[in-house]
This record gives sequence, structure tokens and C-alpha cells, in this order.
Amino acid sequence: MQTKKIINDGNRSVDEMLEGILAAHPRHLKSVDGSPRSIVARDGPRPGKVGLVIGGGSGHEPTFLGFVGKGLADAAAIGNVFASPPPDPILECAKAVSGGAGVLFMYGNYAGDVMNFDMAAEMADMDDIDVRTVLTTDDVASAPRDQRDKRRGVAGNFFIFKAAGAACDRMLSFDEVERIARKANDHTFTMGVALSPCSLPQTRRPNFEIGADEMEIGMGIHGEPGIARGKLRTADEITDEMLDRILAEMAPSRGDKVAVLVNSLGSTPLMELYIMNRRVKQRLDDIGVAIHATWVGNYCTSLEMAGASVTLEHLDGELQTMLDHPCDCAMFRAG
Amino acid sequence: MTAIDTARLKQMFDAIAVAIEADKDRLCQLDGVIGDADHGIAMELGFNAVRDALAPLDLAAVEPTALLNTAAKSFLNAVGASSGPLYATAFMRAAAAVKGKAALEGADVIALFQAMAQGIKDRGKAEIGEKTMIDAWQPAAEAAAAAHAAGKSLAESLDAALAAAERGAEATKDMIAAKGRSSRLGERSLGHIDPGAASAVTVIAAMRKSLT
Repeated sequence: MQTKKIINDGNRSVDEMLEGILAAHPRHLKSVDGSPRSIVARDGPRPGKVGLVIGGGSGHEPTFLGFVGKGLADAAAIGNVFASPPPDPILECAKAVSGGAGVLFMYGNYAGDVMNFDMAAEMADMDDIDVRTVLTTDDVASAPRDQRDKRRGVAGNFFIFKAAGAACDRMLSFDEVERIARKANDHTFTMGVALSPCSLPQTRRPNFEIGADEMEIGMGIHGEPGIARGKLRTADEITDEMLDRILAEMAPSRGDKVAVLVNSLGSTPLMELYIMNRRVKQRLDDIGVAIHATWVGNYCTSLEMAGASVTLEHLDGELQTMLDHPCDCAMFRAG
Repeated sequence: MTAIDTARLKQMFDAIAVAIEADKDRLCQLDGVIGDADHGIAMELGFNAVRDALAPLDLAAVEPTALLNTAAKSFLNAVGASSGPLYATAFMRAAAAVKGKAALEGADVIALFQAMAQGIKDRGKAEIGEKTMIDAWQPAAEAAAAAHAAGKSLAESLDAALAAAERGAEATKDMIAAKGRSSRLGERSLGHIDPGAASAVTVIAAMRKSLT
């Protein structure tokens, strides 16, 4: 049986969504003429500033294009549902935001995205645009610790893009922007849990099977199987398991500061996210780690998947400054 | 055999599009087991875009290289994902391999086939045994070249390629994914055919049927 969705034509869903987003956020966003899948900030790109281009598959809204705006990303290249954009819209983004100081590509570490963004970078090079790339790899569950470069990028994108966007907006040099982007990635850790599957608009079939009483720890944001499947447990138990893994890697000292993101994968409601956040606060209080700021809600979704992720960013003075730097995007504002 | 001209190459792409469309649901299901369930969609989008891009071409005025480059560009821009760059690179390399030819003899088709496999390998940086489409494409290209070198006809050479691709795809069941999205599964990828290898068999089967 097909899943229920409010759509017109599964093959047109991404383009129709973009029309709706541009209609809702005309002050923030526009598409590049002739390249409707290249979404650029109206206020952001400027001469002498490093341009920040993010992007990836659709279905994760407000990631990616919700984080396009002054103080954060300058543009996002939009792919089909769960599929990397091809090189052309990425290249058009790079051209639109290039202010002569270089363009940074940032996106989650997935094979398809890497191939398409790399091809776009080669094409940009032919147009004399200096492109560098920083991949996000915050998903603790997706590879062992000693293979961090194989990990996926998930909800922690939010903190990592935020740091890089702030560095760009503060007119830092290309080297500095790149260094801060890499540092933010190294300091950001995410764990997810999935309770029920999502379905692509084109197929309207659940993209994986899971028992009515089961959950899967570590599942990816496209339904990639995680590290352990078991009976559904309580919010405190689930949050503890996630935090145990995150804190084991982050190894914060008493008195350190973190930023917290409790994110819905799509259909898990705020009530459940706040119940999880309550436990996050208790656990961090117990070990004497201070919470500098918390975000709770839909930041990196997986269509209508049920489940959530917890992300911690281990802050130092510099990352805190970048986090606190104002930004004004279509779907996110800070400062 | 009669040489293969651009009209035949266009027929080949039409045949691939039809075959992939018929196979879409199976490919999505294979991908759902170890990936994100969209492989059949991406392949269908790509080859439908190729069919649409080739339709208006004046086949009498276009050489195989131009046709293959048009196929590459249309596939890439319709798809993105992983299969976009991989097949686009395959067709671009195929275009380069037959540059300057108005029609293709048997040896040219073998060269085109090998260029496709090499292009996929170079773009994806995958090796045999990593549970990717290369596990079908590389043995297929090697089998085609070996058969051709042994004096076999193009039809026989492509038969050998298809048989090798089928064996290669089947063998991915016993592999642990080392590349692509399923590589994060580790041993849980065991026992499942790689969807990229499965669709490679579909593509190669359609090529064999339409070129011989």
C-alpha cells in the first residue's frame, strides 16, 4: 500500500516545494536566473568575502536551503529527494556567490555528493574561482572513531555551517574560514535514533521495515541502517545511550561549554524532543558541562521519518563567537 | 556486421531507457535493503533524460561522439546522485574513444565498452570486490575484450560481457560494501546484491540486444 502524502506529482515535488519556498521567503532567497535549483541569499554574497555554498539532496528541510542567508550560507544547490545535485547548479551557486576571495563548498560526506561537488569544483576552477571543500562528518554511528573521515554528515551540519558562515561574514581570510570550518566539524558529534521509516514521493513506499515495537540506534538520515536494532525504550534510556557515545568521544572536562541540538527526523513531535532535552540537561549537569545554547525542533529531517537526533558542539571561545554571530536566514535567525 | 551509426546508438539508448523503466521497482527494492531506495528512480530519470535529449538530434548530421556527449550531459544534469557522475563519465569516455568516427566497427564498440567501464572506475575510485557497479562493469569489459581478441564476433563478445556482468553482480551478494552509501553497513551488507551492479547488468543486456 502506498503511503499518504500531500503532493501533486512525485516527480515534481522538489520543484514545487522550491516555488513555495521562494513565494514564502522573497526577502531572503532567490534562484539564479536559468538555474532554478541554485538558491542564493539576497543579502550575503559580497566582494572580498569568502562565499559559502552548501547543498545536497532534498527531503531534509530546513537543511539545506533554510540556512541560506546573511551570516550563514550564501547559496544552496538543491538535488532530487535524497540525491546529490548535479554539478551544474552547484557551479551556478559558486559563480553567484564568488566575491573574489574564494568559495567554500560544505556538505555531508556522501559518495554521490562528493563526486558531483568535485566535478563542480573542477568546472569552477576553469572559471578562475578558487574552491575548497570541507565535508561534514558528525554522525558518530556511521563509522568507528579512527575512521572519522568515513562518517556521514547529519544534523550537526547546522553547527558546522553556522561556524563557517559566521567566519565568512566576519570577512576572515579563506585559510581562516577553512580552519574554523574544519574545527567546527571536529568538535561536533551527532547520534540518531529511528522509530519508523520515511517514503520517497516518487515511490510512496516505506524505505525500510522496522517492527511496530522496535527502534534503530544510529540510523542515517536516508534510512541507512544503523548500529543496533532493539525494542523501543524510554526517552531517558535512549537519550542516555546517545549521550554515552557522544560524550565518550567528546571527552569534555568539568566547566566546558557545549551547544545542544535536539532534532526531529520529521514526524517526532516537539513534546518528545523536549522530553529528550530534559535528559540531556540532567546528564550534562551531572558532569558539570555548561549548556551555552540549545535548539530543539526540525533542523535536519528525513521526510516523515519518526525519530530524533542529539548533537553536541564542544565549544571553545572561537566556536562560541561564531555560534553567537548574528545570522538571518529564511528558516533560522540568531543574534 | 553493418557498422553502427548514430541512429543505432540512439536506438541503444532508447532500449536502455525501456529496460531500466521495466526494472525500476526491483532496483529501488534492492537499494532499499542496503541504501536509500532511490537507485531505480535515479536510473530511470537519467535514461529518460537521455532519450528526451537525443530525440531532437538530426542523426544524419551528428557523429557518435557528439551523440554520446549529449547523452552524458543530459544524464548528469537530470540525476546528480552517485549514478549521475558515474554514467556521465562513462558516456564522456565512450565519446572520446570513438572520436572522429562516423560509424563504429566491432573493434570500436569494444573500445567504447572498455572506456565506459574505465570511466566509471576512475570517477568512483572503486576496485573489484568493493560491492559496487564496478563488480559488473569491469569483468564485462574484460570479457568483451578477451572474446574480441580471440576472434569472436561482436555479438559473441557482448554475450561474454553480459555473462561476466551477471556473474559479477551475483558475486556482490558475498561482498561487504567498501564504497558508497552501503559501506557504512559493514557486514550487514552481506547477502544482498548491489543495486548499482544489478542495474549495470540491465544496461549491458540492453546494449547487447540493440547493438547486435
